[in-house]
Amino acid sequence: MTGFMTYPAHFAVRRLTIEGLSCTRGGREILSGLGLRLGPGEALVLTGPNGVGKSSLLMCLAGLLDHSGKIVWHGQGEDDRPGADLHFLSHLPSLKPHLSLRHNLEFWADLNGGDRALIDPALDEARLGHAADLSAGLLSAGQVRRLAIARLLVAPRPVWLLDEPTAALDSQGDTWVGGLIDAHLGAGGLAVIASHLPLKLSEKPRTLSLGRRG
Amino acid sequence: MTPFNAIIRRDIRLAIAAGGDLLTLLLFFILVGALMPFAVGPDKALLARIAPGITWVAALLALLLALDRLFKTDAEDGSLRAFRNAAVSMETIVIAKLVAFWLSVMLPLLVAVPVHALLLGMNLETLARMMLALLAGSPGLLALGAIGAAVTVSLRRGGLIAPVLILPLAVPILIFGIGAVAPPPAPGADRAAMLFLTAISLVLVAIAPFAAGLALRMSED
Repeated sequence: MTGFMTYPAHFAVRRLTIEGLSCTRGGREILSGLGLRLGPGEALVLTGPNGVGKSSLLMCLAGLLDHSGKIVWHGQGEDDRPGADLHFLSHLPSLKPHLSLRHNLEFWADLNGGDRALIDPALDEARLGHAADLSAGLLSAGQVRRLAIARLLVAPRPVWLLDEPTAALDSQGDTWVGGLIDAHLGAGGLAVIASHLPLKLSEKPRTLSLGRRG
Repeated sequence: MTPFNAIIRRDIRLAIAAGGDLLTLLLFFILVGALMPFAVGPDKALLARIAPGITWVAALLALLLALDRLFKTDAEDGSLRAFRNAAVSMETIVIAKLVAFWLSVMLPLLVAVPVHALLLGMNLETLARMMLALLAGSPGLLALGAIGAAVTVSLRRGGLIAPVLILPLAVPILIFGIGAVAPPPAPGADRAAMLFLTAISLVLVAIAPFAAGLALRMSED
């Protein structure tokens, strides 16, 4: 697997700066005083035990969660919608079981300003090309995950926030996701990934280990 | 396809895929009407007089039943969260979802109103006014419902709380909705009621996307 064939050659440059980020959920402080920088072509892998705040950090970065401190995305145009240049892959699939795979991806391509021409290549990439017109309710857990990841491919965006991207995937799937992230970084993209399992990336990524405090 | 049309198309596709839901809803709407002659007795004149009220209440109840799935399914499968990073604002998405909902739920209800007319002995003129009034008032009802559904989307028993929130606010729509159909107490009163109904509906439709959008954005935190 050599990565996604129709992927754009280069993304617009995005940089991320975090300073003094703190986040409280349910009255408990999960993150405090976090600071880091990330540039184009760089990946950051978040590790740490369950409940330590990996997903919360991703949600803060996606603009879904209230937080104190600064999260600055450099490179977005003045008129662009904040958050409209990133994909957040959560543990929920964001797919409709009653619609076919193709219709599911068509919807996300249209909604996220993607390209419908990317749907077939993305389905082939995800090894779901043969099932394009079946309803998504028939897929196995691993296939649902593949389709959820294919959702990111039909609308190329420079920033990926991935929460356990390889959950439920087989070993071929692990390699596939590793290749996709490599291709994404190679095109100048940026990725923050929360993962327990080691990712199969070509270069060893920066790792941030979130520890339990208190 | 624009993001706006993409939402409408997806929601209508989903409504067609779950076609049984719509059929059940229509049956519910018709049955509420069919039950009334048994509840108030076989007095034809009385039935004809209260028929518009029954149809309005039946439409409101059917809407409340259907509203539960307006945002809930999207919240459960993570779509709502992904909408936050869409190419368009949450407000735009809410408008598109309301258009799709109106087409896939309210329009079929409107088409079923003649069955009510048969069951309750409405005459043709009342039926025509009834449909016109529903056409004008239903977007307003839906807008109110959308606010209720958005506010309660993250609550486990939201399906029960939303109607309690919405019903008191629906009173003005019912008052003017029935005023526009019933025989006017004074000349021109029905026309005035119709204009008020339309005005209320328009105001609610203008407010709902912002209120519901805000509620949906806050529901995640």
